[in-house]
Amino acid sequence: MSHFLTPVFAPGFFASEAVHIALAVGALVAIVTGTVGVFTVMRGQAFAGEAFGDIGTTGGSGAFLVGVGPLWGFVIGNLLAAGAMETIGIQRTRGRDLATGIVLGASIGLAALFLYLYTASHSTTGVTVTILFGSAFAIASSTFPLIALLSLLALAITITLYRPLLLATVSPEMAAARGIPVRAIGTLYLIALALAAALAAITIGSILGTALLVGPAASALRLTKRPLLAMLTAAGIGIGAMWLGIVLAYDSYEWPPAGHGWPISFFVVTIVFILYLISGLPGRQRHRGENLEQPQPRLHTVHESQ
Amino acid sequence: MNPAGASVGENILEVHGVDVRLSGRKILDRVSFNIAPGEFTGLIGSNGAGKTTLFRVILGLQPVSSGSVVFGGSTRTGGPTRPRTRARSRGHRQIGFVPQKFLLDPDLPLRARDLVGLGLDAHRLGVSRPSRARRALVEEMLEAVDATRFADTRVGRLSGGEQQRILIAHALIARPRLLLLDEPLANLDLRSAHEVVALLARIAREQQIAILISAHEINPLLGVMDRIVYLASGRAVSGRTDEVVRADVLSKLYGHHVDVLNVHGRVLIVAGAGEDTDLAGHEVAFPDSGVH
Amino acid sequence: MVNAWVLASIVAVVAGVVGFFTVLRGSAFAAHAIPNGSFAGAAGASLIGVSALLGLGVFSLAGALTIGLLGRRGRHDVATALALVMMLGLGALFLSFSEEYAQAVYSLLFGEVLGISSNDIAPTAILGLLCIAAIAILYRPLMLSSVLPEVAEAHGVSRFRMEMLFLVVLALATAMTVPVVGTLLIFSLMIGAPAAARSFTDRPLIAMALSIVFALLIVWIAIAASYQTNYPVGFFVGSGSAVSYTIGRVWATWGTTAASQRRDAGATTTTTPLPS
Repeated sequence: MSHFLTPVFAPGFFASEAVHIALAVGALVAIVTGTVGVFTVMRGQAFAGEAFGDIGTTGGSGAFLVGVGPLWGFVIGNLLAAGAMETIGIQRTRGRDLATGIVLGASIGLAALFLYLYTASHSTTGVTVTILFGSAFAIASSTFPLIALLSLLALAITITLYRPLLLATVSPEMAAARGIPVRAIGTLYLIALALAAALAAITIGSILGTALLVGPAASALRLTKRPLLAMLTAAGIGIGAMWLGIVLAYDSYEWPPAGHGWPISFFVVTIVFILYLISGLPGRQRHRGENLEQPQPRLHTVHESQ
Repeated sequence: MNPAGASVGENILEVHGVDVRLSGRKILDRVSFNIAPGEFTGLIGSNGAGKTTLFRVILGLQPVSSGSVVFGGSTRTGGPTRPRTRARSRGHRQIGFVPQKFLLDPDLPLRARDLVGLGLDAHRLGVSRPSRARRALVEEMLEAVDATRFADTRVGRLSGGEQQRILIAHALIARPRLLLLDEPLANLDLRSAHEVVALLARIAREQQIAILISAHEINPLLGVMDRIVYLASGRAVSGRTDEVVRADVLSKLYGHHVDVLNVHGRVLIVAGAGEDTDLAGHEVAFPDSGVH
Repeated sequence: MVNAWVLASIVAVVAGVVGFFTVLRGSAFAAHAIPNGSFAGAAGASLIGVSALLGLGVFSLAGALTIGLLGRRGRHDVATALALVMMLGLGALFLSFSEEYAQAVYSLLFGEVLGISSNDIAPTAILGLLCIAAIAILYRPLMLSSVLPEVAEAHGVSRFRMEMLFLVVLALATAMTVPVVGTLLIFSLMIGAPAAARSFTDRPLIAMALSIVFALLIVWIAIAASYQTNYPVGFFVGSGSAVSYTIGRVWATWGTTAASQRRDAGATTTTTPLPS
């Protein structure tokens, strides 16, 4: 049996505890991001995922500075950002684009400062990479309970809110007419998204996490229009990408240039991208390209001014 | 004052049998009409009838499947001399255009007079050198559209009607021989619509500029139009208003019975009772026509 | 040290000029996307031992052209977004092969003014001059095409061509800005200054001039502060852009309230009411 497996799984793969943790965390995070991601794509809020990436970077680096694990930083930073987004109103207009960009820029600048301070005072250099590009192999087993808890929370929110959220996504007016508190549901969903983004960040890094949030979900939505099925498919795609990425990353310790191993996040992101392209092959009918920003009906009307 | 082009007496614009096909659908079907210099023409048709497409053809931005467009005596699109159906050039110095929809950011650092000035030389590279002559010309255009009092306001801060007047001035400053306006009245209240129409009619008369204005509502243009081009299901009928806006003519155009009612000098066009209205989804009844 | 000042000043001027049009055209996506590609380019270049600027330039241009061509079908494709994230991943991969992994990542993302040598000034200046010249030459048609694309088409100015040309200029500007502020913060410098400038004037050329002035101020303060505190320049650029934007917003609100009060006080004409 080892003859068959060794080419695929480098020696020591199944025995390594780091690998076990990575596989478990990876699967869990893939399920969460796949599930939450389907709604993200349907609601046209993929840009929010990017925003969480930038804010998450700040949160994670701040956490390191304060001496806490990065996951706390990701979670708290993202939750604060979610709150801010909700207060300002998450609709996109040109003016908001500018303001959002400025805020994200300032937060990245802050992240630069935190990372510098940490690196200077601890004389370790790997922090930037850890935060930005993730380190699934370096997750401590003690973090696992927290990860599991956050995952369950995000999933619980999404599953519980599934029906009203679906209606509110498809038609906010109809949902409001039915007495559904559209705004409150939107906020709760945003919290789930914030958590999912934080989990993605700890796995493959804060600025690459968007790939997990958007990629599998968008691929799944191309394959099926039924949301529940899409969530299952997205989770499946995510798990596949994560596990394959972990295997390849572990194997790559043998590859040139020897010793380092290639980053997991590189593999995961590339696989997600390839899977997305493949998902477009069956049935290239009406949709030429999925638009990340579904045009919201009332937003850009004719040129009437105030 | 006459720039190079057609001599007096010749049509400024000739559209011969233009066919346009888009995604398998025939948008324009053998559309033909002429416009004489200084003529005020209304292009009437419901939404989706092909008005904007026709404008794009005239501007050279939309290739035709067959037919030709001749402007100022020289063929621009299609025709026997140009077997390829693309226009010779995009846009034209002597055709002004005011689009239907535009979005101007309220924070845009561009004053009304700056936008008008761009009408002179936006096609030229580089930066405009300020000169007295240029300033005077901009002033003149602003006066012509009665926009002097908000000339120094940011364009994005103006009302829809004011912005439209600035766009008209922008188009006029290049001394075009033909001015196209795509549904300029669509979002204006009745009084503003009449003001714009009166303004355009005056411009057409005084400056001998041919005007082609599209609308889905005929009444604001009645009495001002020299000619009407009526577009329905991609087909067109053109002539004087009294020649075209008649039950027999329009019924033939629509392909089924249509009534034309005159109510105190205003016109109401209605589909006949009990007829199917399957004409690629065009409404035949104009809901807001003339009943005031 | 003088090198850093000179280089950063050139970068600021270009950011002001190109940023003016970036804000005008709302090119937020491109301004985010191109630097991602640049990251991979610079990383790859350092891996194979080529000048980082070259890698930056090539990948930025490739990214710009791709965005421009794909843009015809609707820019915010999932495919484009994923491709851009993949560029970041690729950059991470390239850098992981090098010895200086962490440090390289940091300086590419957040900028590294201190490591600038006098060799870098000449190519940067040339690129900068190219960008400014291109904008100056394209000024009129680009202006109209950005504000009223359909009207510009009627003038014979192709919207697509203007978009492609602008993206190329943006790519070049990005390539030369990265060494100073890093790929993650270019966007901030390019929009903070022009966004503030437009609050202070309603004339386009003056707005561009003010963009340059504000960008210079932001960058100079950032470098000075960085030398004083040793904190990264990127932090001061990010905050500086935010501060200038806020000042602009405050001024604008204050200004419009004052202006409308004046107008209400002296109003004689009424604008025609519009239907709701």
